[in-house]
Formats: sequence, C-alpha cells, structure tokens
Amino acid sequence: MIPINLIQSTAESLMDKAAIEIPQDYLDGLQHAAKTEDGDLSSFVLKAMLENYEAAKEDRRAMCGDTGVPRWFIKMGNEAAVEGGMIALEAALRRATANATNGVPLRPNRVHPLWRTDHNNNVGIGAPEIEYGFEPEGAWIDLITVHKGGLFGSDYRMLFPSDGIQGIKRFYLDSLMAFGKRGLACQPAIIGIGLGGSKDICMTLGKRASTLRIVGSRNSDPKIAEMEDEFKELGNSIGMGAMGFVGKNMVIDCNIEVGYCHTGGMPMSVHAFCLSSRRAVARIHADGRVAYRTDPDWFTPYQRRDTVDWEPVQEAAK
Amino acid sequence: MSGLREVDLSTTPTDAAIADLRLGDIVYLSGLMYTAREGVYMRALEGQANIPMELPSQSAANFHCSPAARINPDGSFDMGAVTATASFRFAKWLPEWMAKTGAKLIVGKGGMTSKDYKEYFVPNGAVYLSTVGYGTGALLGRGVENVEAVHWNEELGIAQAMWVLKCNRMGPFIVASDMNGDCLFERENAKIAENVARVYEGTKPATLKRYGETDDRTDEVI
Repeated sequence: MIPINLIQSTAESLMDKAAIEIPQDYLDGLQHAAKTEDGDLSSFVLKAMLENYEAAKEDRRAMCGDTGVPRWFIKMGNEAAVEGGMIALEAALRRATANATNGVPLRPNRVHPLWRTDHNNNVGIGAPEIEYGFEPEGAWIDLITVHKGGLFGSDYRMLFPSDGIQGIKRFYLDSLMAFGKRGLACQPAIIGIGLGGSKDICMTLGKRASTLRIVGSRNSDPKIAEMEDEFKELGNSIGMGAMGFVGKNMVIDCNIEVGYCHTGGMPMSVHAFCLSSRRAVARIHADGRVAYRTDPDWFTPYQRRDTVDWEPVQEAAK
Repeated sequence: MSGLREVDLSTTPTDAAIADLRLGDIVYLSGLMYTAREGVYMRALEGQANIPMELPSQSAANFHCSPAARINPDGSFDMGAVTATASFRFAKWLPEWMAKTGAKLIVGKGGMTSKDYKEYFVPNGAVYLSTVGYGTGALLGRGVENVEAVHWNEELGIAQAMWVLKCNRMGPFIVASDMNGDCLFERENAKIAENVARVYEGTKPATLKRYGETDDRTDEVI
C-alpha cells in the first residue's frame, strides 16, 4: 500500500523540479545546438537560455515566468495500491498543484475560459489534467508532471491516405513556419507528431510524443524511427532558429507516435515542447522508496501493443 | 562572441536615447517598469478606471508580462521568474494606451508588425523591446530589485494585475523596432523566405482545404 502522504509530498517536489530544473536530455540537446549555431542573434538567444537554466537552479526560481499549465500523467503497475484509493490520489495531486503554485511560486495560469475566474492556484474545472496508464507488472506508481507552456506551436489537421508522406511533411513544415516566426513556438523545441487515432487521441498522441519522450529516443518501429531522423533534419534545414531569427536550430528532436485510425483518414497533430521543457518523474514503490528521474518512459511495448491480448511471455521475451 | 551591441537604458528614456537604438541591440533596463496586458487595458481604457501610477513620469515602460509570483499574507511579494506574453494580441488597445500614458518602451514577446510601428509607435516616439528566448525568466527575475506595488490584484488576479517592478540592469532584451518603424522579425522573415521553396519541394497541398488558407509561406499568421 503506497501511503497517500508520500504521494502528495513527492508530487510537490516534482512540481518544484519541473519548474526549475531543465531535464538533462533537453539540456544536452540545446548545448549541442548552441555549438552548431552560427546566426548572430540566434546564437545569442541560445547562450542566454543556457545561462538562464543555471540562474534558475542557483536561485531555485522557475526557469520561465510562464510556468505553463501543470498536468499529471499517472502510470501504475498492475499490483499497485494507493492508500485511500484513486479519489485520494486525485485529491493529493490537486493539493500538490495548488501548494506548489504558491510555494515555488508558479504563475497561476489556469482560469475559467469564459469568466476568467482565477483561483490563483492552477486548480479548477478539469485542471490539472490527470491521465492514466497501466503496466502489466509491478506494485509501483509513477508520478509524471508536465508543465507545458505555449498557446502557439500546436495544430491539428485531418489528412487522408492520398496525402501520403509528402502531405505529412507539408503540414509539419506549415506548423513550424507558422509558429516559428517571431519564435512564437519558443523553439528550438521537442516536436511531437501524433498520427492516427481519433481526433482527440491524435492530439493526445502528439502531445505525449513531445512531452513524454526524451531527446534522443526513437520509436520502436524502425521505419517511424527513420522518419523521426528525417523530420528533425528537415525542420532544421528551414534556416530558422530561436525566436525566428536566421539559424540552424528549430527542432531539438522530433518524436512521432501513432495509433490506429479510421480507414478513410490520416489525422495528424503537431506539438512543440518549448525551451522550457518542464517535466519531472518519480517512481514510488510499495515499500516507500522514491526514485526521481526525468525520463517518463511512457511508451513501453505494452503502451504500443497492437494485439488483442497481451501475452506475459511476449514481455518476458523482449 | 557576437557583434551585438549592448545598451543600458532607463525606463524613462530620453528621445535621443531611443533614437540611438538599432535593431538587434541588446538592452538592459533600469528604473520602474509596470506590467499591463489585456486585464489592465480593459479596465483602464474600456472601464475608464484611474490608472494608479503617474505615467510617464514614473515609468514609460510597459511590460506585457505576468510574473510567477506570490503575494504573502503580510502583503509582501515574492517574485520568482518573469517572462513576457505575446504582444500582437494587444494591438487593439496600444494606440490609446500610448496616447494616455506616454509609454515609450513596449516590452514583450514577439513584437508587432511594421504597420503597427509606423502607425503609432514612431509618432509616439516609442520602440519595441523583445524578451529573449523565450524566455529567460530566471535572468529577468534577478533583474527585479524590488516589487514596488501590485495594483488591481483584487479585481484582476495575480496574473493580470499591474505589477510595478524596480529594475536594476534587468535583461537581456532585444531592440525589435526603431524610429524608422522597421521590424527586426520581419527583416529576419525576409531572409528566411528565400529558402522556403527549397524546403517545401516535393510536398503537396492537403486534399481537404481549410478556410482562409494561404500557400504563401512568407505570410505570417498573426
């Protein structure tokens, strides 16, 4: 049984880490970008961002003033049990979100869409979002918080099989061009592409591709992995860099996730996880051990399964 | 590392200091700066509420920002990170705001169009400074020496309130418009546009069109 107090205190420290500490994989990616960048202005921007990450850690202050919209992804092993059940879990995550908003402090970004009511704590109707995933084995719970920023950089389009790869490329480029200008997408970013699923799941896949996979990871389908390499390169060949200035670095990495869709369509979404790619993860074990990390490791073979049943032997064989 | 020029600027700058700024200069600001975005504009301009500061004598610098900050039970403030929000959305209010407050420095994210600059920035002797990144929230937070006041927090909430910040070499910012009404971002767009046809080579328009769609990639969506 995982104690509920431990869940809340761990969630609070994750809120703090996500807002303040740039994940190492993104930092490595940006440092590499800074080395290759030769545009005057875009080089200056990347250098300033690298200094900013240091300042955030030194001062323990949020790396960006727009601290995004905090949300939670919860992954549980099949044998995990939470003290007080799932209702207690959700209450703990809402409390942690509210407490950290005041504590770090974060910007209270969440408001009612019509009445603009602000509770000053990032909690409200449907906020923070809490999404769930499960794994066949284990008594642990993974708490993953993502504070994705940006009103720009994400888009959805219903493509069709006849649009093909060239159509996918075009919509990808369109998204980068539209939101890259003036740096509205706060690039260089981790670009996530969702292909397939229903409309809503297509958006979910793309968002998860950008926020729940780390820089340098590749899809387990080798052909999709090749597309990821190609799309990263394509995005960086536009000639646009940070803030939309002339430059070589627009895409720190490109991650693609797919889901089965309607036979007549090929829905596609594009998402940009920005220069403040805020994510933090902890696994809490049944015995109370807590291990922090920055890789959500969301897309396991189980999450990408395409068969009717999940055979335990299949897992043992991998 | 680069040939960029660094400039120290007051938040109540002289006309000469503004005229001297060049596109792409890196600016550090000292003096009082206030935040104002849609909430403040609507309250002051549409609601005709009295602006609770002496403008522009106290400050001629309007920051399109809401900070990651906390108001403590004893009324004191804790300022964490500070970054800007995209400014193009505020074009509707800015001409009247400038006329009313004498703002000379509009500080935000992404700039405005050269049309905006020519129509009402230049006639008001004002320029646009862009934050860097985006965003260097922790660096800018370090540049805030003190929070002098938070106006209209009750009415607008922390994110939309009018924060008055005492800045000490706060920065970096980038000069994104000048007294010709030229736009740094449009200059960069034009350079990038030369390459667009090559990048799009081989791709094709989507089978299903969307209303208002343009195929001119030198266009902007703002």
